[in-house]
Amino acid sequence: MILIVAEQRAGKLNRASWEAIAAAQQMAGQAAATNTKVVLIGSALSSAAAELAQAIVAEVLTVDHPLLEAYTAEGFVQAITAVVERVSPEWVVMPHTYQTRDFAPKLAARLQRALLTDCVAVNRENGTVSFLRPMFQGKLAAQVVPEGETPHFVTFQIGAFRGDAAARGATAVPIVPVGFSPDASAIRVKPEAPFQEARQSVDLSQAERIVAIGRGIKGQEHIELARKLAAALSAELAASRPICDAGWLPMERQVGSSGQTVAPKLYLALGISGAIQHLVGMKGARTIVAVNKDPDAPIFEVADYGIVGDLFDIVPALIAELEKQ
Amino acid sequence: MKIAVCIKQVPAREWHPKLNETRTWIREQDASFEMNEPDAYALEEGLRLCEKHGGEVVVCSAGPARVAQVIREALARGADRALHVQDDGLAASDASVIGEALAAAMRDQQFDLILTGLQSDDQGFAQTGVVIAERLGLPHATIIMEVQATDGGLRVKRELEAGWFQWVSLPLPAVLTIQSGINQLRYATLKGIMAAKKKEITQVAAPAGLAPSQRILSLAVPQKTKHTEMVTGSPAEVAAQLVRKLRDERRVI
Repeated sequence: MILIVAEQRAGKLNRASWEAIAAAQQMAGQAAATNTKVVLIGSALSSAAAELAQAIVAEVLTVDHPLLEAYTAEGFVQAITAVVERVSPEWVVMPHTYQTRDFAPKLAARLQRALLTDCVAVNRENGTVSFLRPMFQGKLAAQVVPEGETPHFVTFQIGAFRGDAAARGATAVPIVPVGFSPDASAIRVKPEAPFQEARQSVDLSQAERIVAIGRGIKGQEHIELARKLAAALSAELAASRPICDAGWLPMERQVGSSGQTVAPKLYLALGISGAIQHLVGMKGARTIVAVNKDPDAPIFEVADYGIVGDLFDIVPALIAELEKQ
Repeated sequence: MKIAVCIKQVPAREWHPKLNETRTWIREQDASFEMNEPDAYALEEGLRLCEKHGGEVVVCSAGPARVAQVIREALARGADRALHVQDDGLAASDASVIGEALAAAMRDQQFDLILTGLQSDDQGFAQTGVVIAERLGLPHATIIMEVQATDGGLRVKRELEAGWFQWVSLPLPAVLTIQSGINQLRYATLKGIMAAKKKEITQVAAPAGLAPSQRILSLAVPQKTKHTEMVTGSPAEVAAQLVRKLRDERRVI
């Protein structure tokens, strides 16, 4: 049996929950309707649970308790442990969200079970279920298997499965509340309300064309060159995380797993190696052009057009060509 | 504040992966190594907290003898002393093993705060810090962008999805996993490098019987699904070809 841990905040489902359901349904194959269950943790869950009940799963379990209204790792680990003890799953599947990254390792360590994180695919061969996960910043992909006793815990990379591929049925499946007696004294983290930083001045997710810079830009003083190219293309300027970490561009210009996910018509990556954290934010772009000195840079895996060369030679030439038009 | 910072030695960013004969691990002989960048941010945060609140920074690392490279780097940047859980077998270990090994080495040291990077650039499990917290029975918070000291504890800013953040408070002792960009990294000065030579590195053995939680069946260069057209020639030729293709073939400009 496969248990999916869905995610919600303030009663609203995180869409990545549907991706995890799709993954679990794939793992269960024909038996998805009887062999998968979804659990939702929090408080005031009825509307989110009703949405989940559309999934083709055996049932939706809810752990609804005032102590779980605000997410805490300890609270959620206790709640999921109670469910795991009740349903004895072979697999526990979750989306690789910020929240999952905060509690899943604690859950797996407490139960002394394997946790495979950031998986992008499942493979079944000769009765062995293995998972594909990126390693070395996406330069390599590893086929891995859990060791030790079940349950085995797996998190799936956001976007590795499509939420709309999760099978939904005509009738709602049962929603079953699970009793929960928390050890409140063990919850030592006190959370405040989540918030968004000051209003952003640019919404990269709406940009039709983006010029993005990476470490290859080498210095803040060279960003002007990229700006000129962006202007010539009527494009927005964006960057990989290290550029924003250095303070050379504001965080709101960051594309990647901890920044914006974008899908413009044109994405021009200058001096970006293509580390996995960046790729997940832009691989949906319709046309990707990569300029990099390193022919083995992973960015060329996703590029439609690749230029192996020095961006300090290529970019001025591009600007000159565009200004001819 | 007695602060531990766990750092990992990983293959350098520019390194091109070469696999061993069984394709179950990399060929380490060909790799150059460096400090895992998120751990460098954790180290910097530890040094800053120590400068502000007093105490010491102890850098901890698990792995073969070669990890002494990053330990020395950390000492040169200002850490006071080091713990090295030395074991060749730890080079390719998973987070449950590494977390257990580090927790065992740190257990009796009574650290007020343990910092790690949010994940490593090699296997990227994003688990080790949280495993350490669970093994030591400590509260934790992950992917932290800011740390404030409070009365008897900390108030820390978690990074969440899509530009959201959250402050949480927790008592000390605690574990934090640190997000890159929390601060600006310092680099070792010559003075720091010289001073590092005199700083103490305590070697401890890894606990016996640490069972792996996962196994790599095979490693491979990722399968490419996209067709990439390489545009070649002089910069002017490349520019002309690319602009024409983007305008006429792809119609994106």
